[in-house]
Amino acid sequence: MKRNWLLYPYVVWMILFTVVPILLVFYYSVTVQGGGFSLTMAHYARVFEPLYMSVIWRSIQLALVSTIACFILGYPVAMILANSPDKQQFSLIVLFVVPMWMNFLARTYAWLSIMENNGIINAFLGLIGVGPLSLLYNAGAVVLGMVYNYVPFMVFPIYTVLRKLDPSLIEAAEDLGANPVRSFLKVTFPLSLPGVLSGVTMVFMPSVTTFAISQLLGGGQFTLIGNLIEQQYLRTYDWGFGSALSIILMIIILISMGLMSRSNVYEEGGLI
Amino acid sequence: MTRDNLSNVGAEMIRLVDIHKEFDGVTVLDRINLSIAKNEFVTLLGPSGCGKTTMLRIIGGFESATTGDVLFDGERINDIPAYQRKVNTVFQRYALFPHLNVFENIAFGLRIAKKDVKEIRDKVQSALELVEMLGFEKRTIQSLSGGQQQRVAIARAVVNEPKVLLLDEPLAALDLKLRKEMQLELKNMQKQLGITFVFVTHDQEEALTMSDTVVVMKEGIIQQIGSPINVYNEPTNIFVADFIGESIILEGRYLEHCMVEFAGQKFPCVDIDFAPMEQVDVVIRPEDVDIADDPAEGVLQAKVSSVVFKGVHYEMLAETDDGLEWMIHSTTMAPIGQVIGMSIKPDNIHLMKKETKGPEVTAS
Ligand SMILES: Nc1ncnc2c1ncn2[C@@H]1O[C@H](COP(=O)(O)OP(=O)(O)OP(=O)(O)O)[C@@H](O)[C@H]1O
Ligand SMILES: [Mg+2]
Repeated sequence: MKRNWLLYPYVVWMILFTVVPILLVFYYSVTVQGGGFSLTMAHYARVFEPLYMSVIWRSIQLALVSTIACFILGYPVAMILANSPDKQQFSLIVLFVVPMWMNFLARTYAWLSIMENNGIINAFLGLIGVGPLSLLYNAGAVVLGMVYNYVPFMVFPIYTVLRKLDPSLIEAAEDLGANPVRSFLKVTFPLSLPGVLSGVTMVFMPSVTTFAISQLLGGGQFTLIGNLIEQQYLRTYDWGFGSALSIILMIIILISMGLMSRSNVYEEGGLI
Repeated sequence: MTRDNLSNVGAEMIRLVDIHKEFDGVTVLDRINLSIAKNEFVTLLGPSGCGKTTMLRIIGGFESATTGDVLFDGERINDIPAYQRKVNTVFQRYALFPHLNVFENIAFGLRIAKKDVKEIRDKVQSALELVEMLGFEKRTIQSLSGGQQQRVAIARAVVNEPKVLLLDEPLAALDLKLRKEMQLELKNMQKQLGITFVFVTHDQEEALTMSDTVVVMKEGIIQQIGSPINVYNEPTNIFVADFIGESIILEGRYLEHCMVEFAGQKFPCVDIDFAPMEQVDVVIRPEDVDIADDPAEGVLQAKVSSVVFKGVHYEMLAETDDGLEWMIHSTTMAPIGQVIGMSIKPDNIHLMKKETKGPEVTAS
């Protein structure tokens, strides 16, 4: 068999930037720090302490909540985009994309100044005699930050799938007596599931790993697994524990991705 | 534009009244008036882009006419959405649901109508039987051949027992043999089920074989409505004559009662409603030119310039002295270069009024 030499640069790239770092992280996670090659499971054991388990659990919960929120918000937006006339579509997409060009941190800081105790929202509330409410440094603020930052990742894959959807399929459903709601439930939605799945993956992954959003909007009092890892690497210099957490996080992501790709969308048929 | 009285069809099912349709100011359908009877097999025939699909979509409710009315069983249905119309469609590219298997595709309409499970199973079963696809229930759409997909599309539509079935070039993707088979099957199915068929095609042969009534269209305007025989033998204008089958179209002059002059000769004919010395268009079908080896036996003499074997007949081109080229379909063959005699029987000469369109009239 002839080998495809065009593949080699990719293989080299993969090894350099993906395999080597993962192996390094794995090495740190199973060795005693500064202890050469002496193996240990202590880092992993620590991960399963209740304190850390609750952080992991909280991360998963918040990521799930923000993924669901992104889906609920993003799906209609994707539909509106996909169904608007071609000319408008471009400007709508630009409108949607331009904020994403702004630096991630700057965008998140903007929310900070909106929601602060003497921020914009509380200034308004003050006018009508309410508050000030403490809007920041709670789960809601963190979820808001995630949704705000990641909702485009939900919208675009769904939009792409809906754009490619053959309009004659919708007409066929209508032809067979389905009103718009039923034709959505029985045709449009099931056929858009591949887009929904990649949207869910693309929102869930950064949400479950984020540390910046929880640090800014959670005010450091709201620790997620991402913050935990960041602390181990940059503050307590406990690379072993940090690596163990990273590996666990990777496993969580792999499992959730595996679960999603297992649910074969097309075989299942309609939802209702 | 008269229509034949067809004994096997019933009362009026669909009527299009003065339908006019524009897309962005461009007229696509103009002054469409058409009545379709119960159990009638009507074919919309015309070249690409003449508005056949658009007309079908207006009947189906996927497009609304700019002006004009659509009547269904006597009721105006302009504002009834597609999903409430008792019409089903076999789409040009089938539009089968890729996420559902064959059974679920066919059951779709029944499920929407909330039929009970047993009824759904029975009806899907008999629909599959009708299209000879039993045993394919669990197959995915992607695993079917083009012809099988087409059958599923038909089953999916007829299983709902619509009053009217709209078919948009449903056979276009099939090879010739399968196509002929499906033409017969569809025709049988229509008789068996007693459904009104509105069938779109741009294949004139298909239209002639299958239909009770053929509607010939050009650029959004109906040219002729009639039975296949009527449309073939009595085309109302050059376009129809040319589009339906092959034809030789010549300039001629009506001389007197049942006598016409063309190609420099006088011919007896059977048409009577023309004035003496009126300019006419003469239509002759290639298979109606009788040829003889002896030039003296024919009214006209021509030299064979090409011969093509077409299976059942030979297609020959022969040129007369005045440079006119005649297409001839004949079961006997004359070799290239031979001078043959040609004659035409009176009832095979079809005369048409000269088309009066604008400045061209004054020229002759
Ligand atoms: N949605 C639309 N917007 C603008 N123009 C359209 C639209 N749909 C159809 N047309 C135009 O209307 C005309 C008739 O189209 P239609 O699809 O009815 O033709 P057709 O007779 O079915 O042709 P074909 O045999 O190629 O399918 C064409 O010129 C087409 O470009
Ligand atoms: Mg068409």
